[in-house]
Amino acid sequence: MSRRQLIVLAVVLALACALPFLVSNYRTFQFTLVLVYAIALLGLNILTGYNGQISLGHGAFYAIGAYCTAILMDKFGVPYWATLPVAGAVCLVAGFLFGLPALRLEGLYLALATFALGVSLPQLLKNHHVEKWTGGVQGIVISKPDAPFGLPLSPDQWLYFFSLAVAILMFALARNLLRGRIGRAMVAIRDHHIAAETMGVDTAMVKSLSFGVSAMYTGVAGALGAIAVQFVAPDSFNIFLSIVFLVGIVVGGLASITGAIYGALFIQFVPNIADELSKAAPWAIFGVFLILFVYLMPAGVAGALRMALARWQAKRQND
Amino acid sequence: MEAFLHQVLAGLATGGIYASLALALVMIYQATHLVNFAQGEMAMFSTYIAWSLIDAGLPYWAAFALTVVIAFVLGVVIERVVIRPVENAPVLAVVVVFIALLVILNSVTGWIYTYTIKTFPSPFPEQPLFGIKYMSSHEMGAIGVTLAVLLLLYAFFRFTPLGLAMRAAAQNPESSRLVGIRVGWMLALGWGLAAAVGSVAGMMVAPIVYLDPNMMGGILLYAFAAALVGGVDNPGGAVFGGFLVGVLENVLGAFVIGNELKLAVALVLIIGVLVVRPSGFFGKVYVTRV
Repeated sequence: MSRRQLIVLAVVLALACALPFLVSNYRTFQFTLVLVYAIALLGLNILTGYNGQISLGHGAFYAIGAYCTAILMDKFGVPYWATLPVAGAVCLVAGFLFGLPALRLEGLYLALATFALGVSLPQLLKNHHVEKWTGGVQGIVISKPDAPFGLPLSPDQWLYFFSLAVAILMFALARNLLRGRIGRAMVAIRDHHIAAETMGVDTAMVKSLSFGVSAMYTGVAGALGAIAVQFVAPDSFNIFLSIVFLVGIVVGGLASITGAIYGALFIQFVPNIADELSKAAPWAIFGVFLILFVYLMPAGVAGALRMALARWQAKRQND
Repeated sequence: MEAFLHQVLAGLATGGIYASLALALVMIYQATHLVNFAQGEMAMFSTYIAWSLIDAGLPYWAAFALTVVIAFVLGVVIERVVIRPVENAPVLAVVVVFIALLVILNSVTGWIYTYTIKTFPSPFPEQPLFGIKYMSSHEMGAIGVTLAVLLLLYAFFRFTPLGLAMRAAAQNPESSRLVGIRVGWMLALGWGLAAAVGSVAGMMVAPIVYLDPNMMGGILLYAFAAALVGGVDNPGGAVFGGFLVGVLENVLGAFVIGNELKLAVALVLIIGVLVVRPSGFFGKVYVTRV
C-alpha cells in the first residue's frame, strides 16, 4: 500500500471507531448491519466479481450461517463468538459441495441453479423434519450479548465493535487471498478459462474453492447478522435477500474490495429513505439503480471513484 | 387409486400452465440464448391488467383478448427499450438487467395494486364438465386453453411467412439479414409473443393460486425445470417437460414428500438435469470448439 492509501485507511478506521459514540444506539445497530452486509457482499464479490460465477442464491449461505449460530446458541448454549468459526466452516463445506456440480454449469445455467436454490430455501427451512432444530415458521429468538470485561459500552455498541473487528479480519484475509496466486488464478479463469487451464491453473479446484470461500464469507456475515437482529426465521431469507446482495455488488462495484462497503451502505440506507414513499418503493428504486448501473456505471461506485481519482491526478500532473 | 388418478389429472392441469410459461422461456432462449428471469413477473403483471379490465366491467373473454394484446405490446416495448442495449453485453450484465426487470415489475404491481391477495375469476362453470368427477372444470379448461395456444403457435411458426422469418432470424441471424429479414424486429416480436403466451399462463393459474405480486415465484421455478427437462432449445420438449413437472410435483407432493417440500422437487430437477444431462431429454447437444 502506498503512504496515501495508509493514511486514508487510518482515517476511515478512526472514524469507524468513533462512530458509535456519535450516533444513537439504533443508528449504531444500523451500522453494524452495514458491516455484516459488507462481509456478505465481499463473499459474493469473490465468486461473481473475481471468479465470474454468477450466484443468485447467496441468501441461502447467509441463511445457513445465521441458522448455525442461532441453533448453537439456542440449543447448545455456545457463546456467540464461538459460533462464527463454526458457521464459517459449515458454509465453506456447503459452498464447496454446491460448487462441485456448479463446475459443469456456466453463466446463465449457474444463475438458474442458484436462483432455484434461493427460491426454494425458505420452504426447506420450514420443513417439519428439521423443525426441531430450526423452529419451523416461528424461527428462533436469541439474546444480544453484553459487553465483556465490564467495558462501559451498550450491547449495541459492543456488537458494533465486535463486528468491526470481524470485518477488518475478513477484509484483510480477502485482500491477501485475492492479490496472491489464487486470486490471480480466479481472475484468469473469469477472463479466459481455457487460457487459464493451459497455463496450469487447476480450474475445477479453484472454482469450487472460490465457491466455498465465498459461501464462508457470506455465512460468517449471516451468523453476525443473526446475533445483531436477535432473530432468524425462514421468510427473512427469501429470494429477495439474494437479490439485495446482487444489487449491493453491482452498485458497489464488481471485482473491488472497497466496493463491498459502498454496496453495503447503499443496501442498508437507501431502502430506509425510500420506505417513506411506499412499501414497494425501495424495490422499484433497487431495480432502476440496477439497470442504470449496468448501462452507465458498470464498474460501480468503486470504479467511478477510481476513475475520478485518476482524472484528478492526471490533471494535477499536467498543471 | 382414485386419489392417485385425481392427482395425476390435477398435475396435468397445472402442468399445462407450466408448459405455457416454459414455452415462453424457450421462445426467448431460442432467439437470444438468454433465459428471461422476469418472464414470471411479466405474466403476473399482465394478469393484474386482466383483473383491472374485468373489474372495470368487461366480459371475461374480451378482457382476456385485450390482455393478450397488451402483454404482446409490453413484451415488444421491453425488448426494444431495456434489452436491446445489453444485447451483446456479458452474461452477468444481462442477468442483472433481467433481475432488475423482475424487481421493478414486482414492486410496481405492489405499488399500484397493494400486496393484498385478490381472487381472480375462472371463465369455466363451477360444475364439472361432461360429468367427469376427477377434474374440476377449470382444470379441464386450462388444459384446453394450453393446447389451443400450442396449436396456434405451431401453426404460426410452421405455416406463415412471418413465423418462418422469425425461425430463420433465431437460427442464423447473419444469413437472415442478408436475405432481407429485419432480425432486430423479429427478436422484439419473439419477446412480444413470449409475453402474450405468458399472460395466458398467468390468467389460467390465477384462479388456482390467487392473485398477488409474488404468485409467480414458484411457478417460474417449475417452468424453468420444465424447460430444462425438455431441453431448453426445444419447444415441444418444453411442453412435455411442463406436463411431466406438473404431474411429478402433484404426485410427489401428495404421496411422497408432502406439500411443503414441493419447490424442492423443482430445485432437484433443475440441478439434476443440468448436471446429468444439460441438454434435457430432447435438446440438441452442442459441442464447442476451443
